[in-house]
Amino acid sequence: MKRTLLFGLAGFTALALLAWGVNVGLQYLARTESPDAPVAAAPPPAPTAHITATLFYGAREGLLLQPVRVEVPLAEGAVAQGRQIVRALLQPPPAPYVSVIPAGTTLKAFYVTSNGDAFVDLSSDITAKHPGGTHAELLTVYAIVNTITTNLQGVQRVQLLVDGHEADSVAGHVDVRRPLERDLALVRQEPPSSPAVQ
Amino acid sequence: MRVPAATAVLLALLLTSLPLAQSPAPIGVVSAAGRRVLSTVIVNDQEYVALDDVAAFVPLTIREDRQGGVSVIVRGKSIVAPRDRALVSVDGRVVALPAPLTRMGGRWLAPVDFLPRALALVADSRIEYRRGSRLLVIGTVRVPRVTTRVEPAGTGTRVTVEVAPPTGVMTITDADRVVVRLDADAIDFAPVTGTSPAITQVRGDAPATVTIGLAPSAGDVRASTSNTDTTARVVIDITAPAQAPESSAAPPPAAAPPVLTPSKGGVQTVVLDPGHGGDDSGVRGAGGTLEKQVTLEVARRLKTVLEARMGVRVVLTRDDDRLVAPDERTATANNAKGDLFVSLHMSSSPAPATTGATVYFMRLDREGEETRREAGAQALSLPVLGGGTRVIETIRWDLAQARHVDDSGRLANLLAAALEGHVPTMPQPVQSAPLRVLAGLNMPAVLFEMGYLTNPGQEKSATGDEGRTVLVQAIYDAVNRFALAAPAGRQP
Repeated sequence: MKRTLLFGLAGFTALALLAWGVNVGLQYLARTESPDAPVAAAPPPAPTAHITATLFYGAREGLLLQPVRVEVPLAEGAVAQGRQIVRALLQPPPAPYVSVIPAGTTLKAFYVTSNGDAFVDLSSDITAKHPGGTHAELLTVYAIVNTITTNLQGVQRVQLLVDGHEADSVAGHVDVRRPLERDLALVRQEPPSSPAVQ
Repeated sequence: MRVPAATAVLLALLLTSLPLAQSPAPIGVVSAAGRRVLSTVIVNDQEYVALDDVAAFVPLTIREDRQGGVSVIVRGKSIVAPRDRALVSVDGRVVALPAPLTRMGGRWLAPVDFLPRALALVADSRIEYRRGSRLLVIGTVRVPRVTTRVEPAGTGTRVTVEVAPPTGVMTITDADRVVVRLDADAIDFAPVTGTSPAITQVRGDAPATVTIGLAPSAGDVRASTSNTDTTARVVIDITAPAQAPESSAAPPPAAAPPVLTPSKGGVQTVVLDPGHGGDDSGVRGAGGTLEKQVTLEVARRLKTVLEARMGVRVVLTRDDDRLVAPDERTATANNAKGDLFVSLHMSSSPAPATTGATVYFMRLDREGEETRREAGAQALSLPVLGGGTRVIETIRWDLAQARHVDDSGRLANLLAAALEGHVPTMPQPVQSAPLRVLAGLNMPAVLFEMGYLTNPGQEKSATGDEGRTVLVQAIYDAVNRFALAAPAGRQP
């Protein structure tokens, strides 16, 4: 009787542990697979696994883009890595660079099609908070396009989406209805600066 | 009988013994404190200034001596003027004057030459008298010499304005005048040489402006600026007025109709696109100016100028404060069968010091290039009523600009050239980019970023009458040049 009780208790404990493990696992899977998860809610990356990516920020005077080599969390696969790179780009830039993407803009989704077009879905802050002007808008658009096409091999073009939808433009000037190719005309023609972010 | 004779003799004596005084135009005084005037008086054909008036510009003390002479003390140094002698001793040096210092009406008067010849030697700052322009220059102010020549050039007229030493120059062309504005405190404006029927007047205005009045019959005006180490030169070429088709010896009619420069060439309709509008305010300036207001006001003014001076039809994509979608703007332009399109905008930058205008034209991506190549290849030749055929090129409606990128680039370069010397531009004033409003336009088209509204100086310029006039003039020049080169009879 006593033995039966012990077996029953052990079985119940094992079942409880199994249920807990399944629950935690499902939560983990749900968190990492959801493309709509806000950037701020993402789990902190492993402290040691990083890659060096080239991000395009506004140069000090705000007229050109400056390629800057930055440490970005390592991720599995091109899509996950692209997501990390865009998230890093949306963070405030290190001094002395200036932000060309409106503060508060978040990444809602990122995926790459089979023909090498990357789709970047950003929150509507990118349009609502944009200061305006053709030049400033070109800097915003090509900071994103150049960053993705420079760091992700195989990605030739970038299609911007706003809140999940195709947009005419970011601030009324630059045509973003179709995927855009890399453009270095607005990039300062100097070697990339030394790593600025750890 | 003897009393009137004695009175006449007495009056004659008085007239010969008392000096006759007249008051000419005052001398302009230019100093760091600004521009003021110094009154003068003519006594016996000699122009004098009152020393106590001079004390307002140069601190000095006047002391009479027992022999009837006077001493002028400046910074502890003396200028001694003996009675009735046309010379002074300046800190021990003898300096000749055209006339002695004299006392009149309780004031001491000195010949005007006393200022540069004697006072300048003891004053702590530069004193220079420009006799031709009647300017007294005190201290380190910029007063360049400006000489102006009017001379025939071919069938037209050339006005050359030379500024020495060179200063910054801005030229503004208006309907009836050309204004040359100099970056100086004042100008030493020399008499103008030459005349022309195309010029009504040339005058120097305070503080540092030369205004050239244009006769109603004057033709097109083109101004260019060049600099050497010693001189800044502005050359203004005015083309000959348009000739009547049948010239005769008959006098011109008293009331001639307004002259429309027959220069529209192949351009019949110009479409102006004031950027933004309604809820879309565009850039907000440092002082609160909204881009949508500036673009509309410049467009309205430009419409007036283009219609009046070129005789073209001008269509605005919006003429009030309302939101207009890009496709609606494109449709307005295409339906109006525009021959060229100018979209007007202002820029923003996180750095308030950023200034400069940029002209954009459409850059084609791969799809656009393919569309452009295929446009000609897919042309259809269709028979038309009454015989003959008509060639119809087919092209995607949203890539209609692909056919016109070369002409758009040419228009952009013409506009950048017209801005040079008049409006600050970016280091690369012409750029190509994938621009939404240009993509579907079936005509040469540019987007003109007129300057940075986030820069306080450019915001002030964009909201001021003068700044807008300069912008309008530059666009007019570019459109006019484009029209002259465009083939007449555009094929839709």
